[in-house]
Amino acid sequence: MQEVTTEKKEFVPNIVAFCCNWCSYAGADLAGSSRLTYPANVKIIRVPCSCRVNPMFVLKAFQQGADGVILCGCHPGDCHYVTGNYYTRRRMALLYSFLNYMGIEKDRTRVEWVSAAEGAKFSAVMNDFVKTVTELGENKRLTDLRVKEGE
Amino acid sequence: MKDVALKMIDRAKQLLESGEVARVIGWKKGDFCYDPTPAAFETVEELKDFVYDYFCGANLSKYLIQMSKKEGKTAVFLKPCDTYSFNQLIKEHRIKRENVYVIAVECLGKLDIEKIKAQGISFVTGVEVVEKDVKVFTADGETTLYKPDVVLSKCATCTKTHQVKDEEIILHERPAKDVNRFEEVEKLEAMTEEERFAFWREQLSKCIRCNACRNVCPACSCLKCVFDNPSSGVAAKANDDKFEEQLFHIIRAFHVAGRCTDCGECSRVCPQNIPLHLLNRKFIKDIDNLYGEYQAGETDEGKTPLTSYTESDAEPKDVFNGEAK
Repeated sequence: MQEVTTEKKEFVPNIVAFCCNWCSYAGADLAGSSRLTYPANVKIIRVPCSCRVNPMFVLKAFQQGADGVILCGCHPGDCHYVTGNYYTRRRMALLYSFLNYMGIEKDRTRVEWVSAAEGAKFSAVMNDFVKTVTELGENKRLTDLRVKEGE
Repeated sequence: MKDVALKMIDRAKQLLESGEVARVIGWKKGDFCYDPTPAAFETVEELKDFVYDYFCGANLSKYLIQMSKKEGKTAVFLKPCDTYSFNQLIKEHRIKRENVYVIAVECLGKLDIEKIKAQGISFVTGVEVVEKDVKVFTADGETTLYKPDVVLSKCATCTKTHQVKDEEIILHERPAKDVNRFEEVEKLEAMTEEERFAFWREQLSKCIRCNACRNVCPACSCLKCVFDNPSSGVAAKANDDKFEEQLFHIIRAFHVAGRCTDCGECSRVCPQNIPLHLLNRKFIKDIDNLYGEYQAGETDEGKTPLTSYTESDAEPKDVFNGEAK
């Protein structure tokens, strides 16, 4: 007979990380070659610039089952395209504040600036973000708005 | 309001007769007294159906995108809030200003028929407004209502003044108002995340994806809209995906952020009475707090908050409830 397990399966969040090609992606590379670890459930998507991330990308990630979305780019002032990340900063500040206004937990979304020399920071940021999202649990709010409680 | 309407018809007649304009955009009598519709009048005869009353809440500025490209000049009647949308459309190069003749008209706050009906009054045949009293005539008598209870939500907190005019027809001065248009947004911000989520789920699950809010919005003037693109994943109608309605409203609010003049047309046309203006007002409030006060449509030039930046902008992680830490 099959054994009935009452133990809950440990929750492993799905994390999507948008990394800019010039700084953060290279930062992730450095983390790897420096033998620094970051959780395997962080799925990195490389973008030419953090400014390339359309707010719809973030929403789409949540819609398709992401539990947390993090956006990494060059430090403000260091953008490869000079001003790209300044726009990102305004855009994402407004988008995340708005998502929170609609009741989405603020900690599911994050923006971090990681340079190509900051492999250690990349690893620390990802570990911390995964920990935060794991504590929050599964993302339900951005996928089930039309389903009423109890249904 | 009747004397103003008569003046407007007179002026429209003059303009059409003299050939100064080829058409006049105004409001046309509907089937009932409370549903006048925007219309273009090209001849003096057509003006017999012209109306301007307390139910003419529609913003006429968006029609100018098409009309200003036609041959001949177009005259348009704009209320104070409409002139902001007009300016914003000029700024986005959607209207040919030289083809438009703007007549500023007074607006003492328009009435919301849904709110009148909600008070248990049906078969409305006419209204008369004297200061704060609204006399509603129905098939079986008349009732007097308190005006602030039955105005459109966009009018309740409006303090806008005319920004554009080639000439004006204003007979009654509007009393000054001291209101905080962000009151409802602040109320929502003070709630917990769970409460806010419950509120928006309740509201947005009513959405039938009729796209009326998008179609009426003067800021939504893209030639090709993302919601019409079948491969975008958000073009579908209700019930296709549980997430669609929420995604639609987040995207739409974001697309008009920094360009929304707070004209309130989205909430006025929503057949499900979703308070959509609260989404846009959140963006307006955040932009005011974080990047300095900004009123879209106040001028027809300059950069919008989302197409500009400063080196010392707040970091996204420091922004909480619209305030930078």
